[in-house]
Amino acid sequence: MIEIKELTKRYGKKTVVEDVSVNIEPGTITSFIGPNGAGKSTLLSMVSRLLNADTGEVLLDKNNVKKWKSNDLAKRVSILRQSNFINVRLTIRELVAFGRYPYSKGRLTAEDEQFVDQALEYMNLIDMQNQFLDELSGGQKQRAFIAMVIAQDTDYILLDEPLNNLDMKHSVQIMKILRKLVNELGRTVVIVLHDINFASVYSDRIVAMKDGKLVKNGTTNEIINSDTLREIYDMNIPIQEQNGCRICVYFNSHT
Amino acid sequence: MRNRTKMILLFILVIISILLYGFYDIKGGFDYAFPRRMIRVAAMVITGVAISYATVVFQTITHNRILTPSVIGIGSMYEVVQTLIYFFAGSMSIWVINKYLNFGAAITAMIVFALLLYRYLFRPDKYPIYLLLLIGMVIGTLLGSFVTFLQVLIDPVEYLGLQSQLFASFTKVKAELLYIALGILLIAFLYGYFIMKKLDVMSLGRENAINLGINYDRMVMNTLILSSVLIATSTALVGSITFFGLIVANLSYQFFVTYKHSTLILGASLFSIVALVGGQFLVEHVLELRTTISVIINFVGGIYFIYLLLKESRAAA
Repeated sequence: MIEIKELTKRYGKKTVVEDVSVNIEPGTITSFIGPNGAGKSTLLSMVSRLLNADTGEVLLDKNNVKKWKSNDLAKRVSILRQSNFINVRLTIRELVAFGRYPYSKGRLTAEDEQFVDQALEYMNLIDMQNQFLDELSGGQKQRAFIAMVIAQDTDYILLDEPLNNLDMKHSVQIMKILRKLVNELGRTVVIVLHDINFASVYSDRIVAMKDGKLVKNGTTNEIINSDTLREIYDMNIPIQEQNGCRICVYFNSHT
Repeated sequence: MRNRTKMILLFILVIISILLYGFYDIKGGFDYAFPRRMIRVAAMVITGVAISYATVVFQTITHNRILTPSVIGIGSMYEVVQTLIYFFAGSMSIWVINKYLNFGAAITAMIVFALLLYRYLFRPDKYPIYLLLLIGMVIGTLLGSFVTFLQVLIDPVEYLGLQSQLFASFTKVKAELLYIALGILLIAFLYGYFIMKKLDVMSLGRENAINLGINYDRMVMNTLILSSVLIATSTALVGSITFFGLIVANLSYQFFVTYKHSTLILGASLFSIVALVGGQFLVEHVLELRTTISVIINFVGGIYFIYLLLKESRAAA
């Protein structure tokens, strides 16, 4: 289990994340939602050791993440950020093979190749595996990076706005794959989402943030209701049920 | 053409240029000329490999293909040391005449300078690497102006001696220094060999590299120190030709389209040997020593640099 304990991050005088404590339940999709500048991405970066917290700690299996060996941690937790600019020319397959680095240190074994094949298949990339990344569309590139994280074979997968720049079809495709990873392979996914409807339809738990503070943390049904959403977004958001899913109709809401 | 074939071709080119340089037009005593030529070849191979390695790894950690390690100001530090020696001790002092002392002073000053810069100014967890580069450039310019100031004051005859000391040249390399340089470089290369695969991962950027278990900030520091040691050693041996690293590194990226540092570094090293040995051959036998190799390098390198800038700006547009 990942336990986030009293994390705080400041830039100068500005507090970006303030005293946030959350436990990430294994075997679930947990979404971080909240308005712009709520500190969701910063929180995720601190959980994944990309950023050092000023105070507080993150525990993985009761041990502080900072005390873990970097390579061992890379076998347990993976993170994908939203901007992935790479200035070397790589094919999809080469990129996905990098996901095996914590295990093989760059010398791929037959087992590693198998993981790479599976990850490519999972993301529907087998046919285009030898194409170069700079020749791909945004959605294809995003899928390639997610395939790398899948090949990394970690219990915890942290994703920072993976649906950015994706159209509806690809967004749904990726969310379904994440659901599959959780349901079939027992992974734990933590994801920062902007679209609360994706959060509502696909996640088990939701962590809502605002102005660097935790507003509420609970099951999807506990968060997706007009009262809680007003607290988070300062908007009046009516909710409609559609095939058992709660859909937030915020498009013409007045505050 | 596969990369292995390309590498073999390049290797054959290296052999040809070395043989040509070693055996062309040997008049008089073979026993006299040949060993001397081979010492120069050894110096060119050592510096070529050192500069190639330093530049490729430097460009990987800065995610930039136009910068060279010289922007940190190590080259200027070399000029500072030599100018101070000529200014205060003079060309007849032991600091100039004893090559070991001169070499030792120069290399120590450059490495200490780089370490101080990294130790006190570089906090990869707090500031982006570009801040370090900017500060390095400012300090480099400051040192350059300081050097010019001293050179204006210096005795004109002394200045001629200093100038020949500052010009990169392979003809004045002392064999004894070569062994010391080789020793330092072998240790550096040994470390460099072990981090080759990590560098591949680091070219994916900081966040992806950390995700894959690389201790990124520490690796950046180690790599900067490694490339500084390589540049310092080669500069103390033959003078400053870091601009050259830019050419061979980019040739290697273009010729071998790969992310693998083992291939890129080996390729850049072979390119640099061909260019240096071939260039030296031109200087000695075609231009009959009317110019130095650093002039040719700066001329060809400058044109290539402009080409790279135009290409990058077109890619960005």
